[in-house]
Amino acid sequence: MNMNVIETSGLGKRYGGTWALRDCTLAIPAGHVAALIGPNGAGKTTLLNLAVGLAAPTAGGVTVLGGRPAGSPAALDGIAFVAQDTPVYRNLSAADMLHLTRNLNRRFDQHYAETRLGELGIPLKRKAGKLSGGQRAQLALTLALARRPKLLVLDEPVAMLDPVARHDFMATVLTAMVDDGVSVVLSSHVLADLERVADYLILLSRGGVQVAGEADDLLAGHRLLTGPAAEADGLAGRLAVVHVRRAGAQAHVLVRATAGDPVPPGWEAHPVGLEELAMAYLREPGAAALPGPVRARDTKQATPTEVTQ
Amino acid sequence: MDIDKEISDQVARPGPGGPGSPIEFRLDSASGVPTYLQLVHQVEHALRLGYLKPGDQLPKVRDVVASLAINPNTVLKAYKDLESKGLTAGRPGQGTFVQATLSQVALPELTALRRSLSGWLAAADGAGLDENGIVALFTSALRDFYERRGGSGDGRGAAGGEAKGVA
Repeated sequence: MNMNVIETSGLGKRYGGTWALRDCTLAIPAGHVAALIGPNGAGKTTLLNLAVGLAAPTAGGVTVLGGRPAGSPAALDGIAFVAQDTPVYRNLSAADMLHLTRNLNRRFDQHYAETRLGELGIPLKRKAGKLSGGQRAQLALTLALARRPKLLVLDEPVAMLDPVARHDFMATVLTAMVDDGVSVVLSSHVLADLERVADYLILLSRGGVQVAGEADDLLAGHRLLTGPAAEADGLAGRLAVVHVRRAGAQAHVLVRATAGDPVPPGWEAHPVGLEELAMAYLREPGAAALPGPVRARDTKQATPTEVTQ
Repeated sequence: MDIDKEISDQVARPGPGGPGSPIEFRLDSASGVPTYLQLVHQVEHALRLGYLKPGDQLPKVRDVVASLAINPNTVLKAYKDLESKGLTAGRPGQGTFVQATLSQVALPELTALRRSLSGWLAAADGAGLDENGIVALFTSALRDFYERRGGSGDGRGAAGGEAKGVA
């Protein structure tokens, strides 16, 4: 499955006079859990809505599942989307929700859905409004997965859930990945679970792509240097500095470097975690890390962006 | 090698539905160690202590994913790493099985050693050492032991011990 599940080129969306997303070019390969992160208003929901065909672009284009135009019947057939706050009709029972979804979709695996809800202990007769937040989220997820999608898109799926419900929800998503080879793209504020769940990272800020790449590549391409704060500014001239955090006499500096690169004398190099890396970039909206895969298919874009402060 | 194979044949469980893996993974998200590496370390640890023997099955990828809610690619990466170290081998359609061992002594002997170590720990505790003190004492004694055994002369071993003690 060597295709891109979402591919955008110069994609932009304007609401009134405000660009919610601007000049967004990226390619998310299949077979990953891709996490879309970024501050509020960065354009995460807008990007997802454009990809699943709920909104039309103002500029540029977006295709899914290997070139199907977003929103086209072929695209919709392969995508399942669970919107923010996992909406279900609160006055309908779980069974009614299954019935409704089955009749609104070309493909719906009733057996899977009923088995899944049974395993989760969600009574079919209970109204969705009477379910717990975690159960409601699982119901929405079950409806999405019963459509047997190739791409599952989740907008802030776990933001409202307690830790146990969050764990169970993600376990369902990731198990579907093992069972059916579903690719997953999700947006999230929760950075803490990122390392466990996501193996592809896209960081949006100010409506544009700031960081994109496989988690392993990003981690291998960054190091955290710890050393005297007085020398921190001097590093910028020699190394690709992303972010400097000072703590009195000491400074922690995130740089673009690999384990084999020489470490300046007086400094110690440590590997960096995904959460730490994401935080550093979120604090430096001007810095960018856009490694190969994103650009590979897009020749219109300029040469890969160097790290800039 | 032949012995490994023999044991592996004896212990190998035919087909699915047999008993699962002797080990179960856990994760420490505060450790800062990448998730796949935590899985690798836990398998190596279990091999060293004899909890896992040649022929034993590692937890199925799906089970690990379902219980820990982690990315399946992470589990695959860990299993690939163990395979490249020659510790495990994948059997198509069945799962991943232990092929080699890291433990130099058998489980009964390990149990006996653990028991005598527990006795020593009780004595150290009785003498008033806390956990950090015990670890420091053990680490220092361990270092001395290997330096005396590995070094060519007593003087050098002692000097080395001192230097490391400072660090």
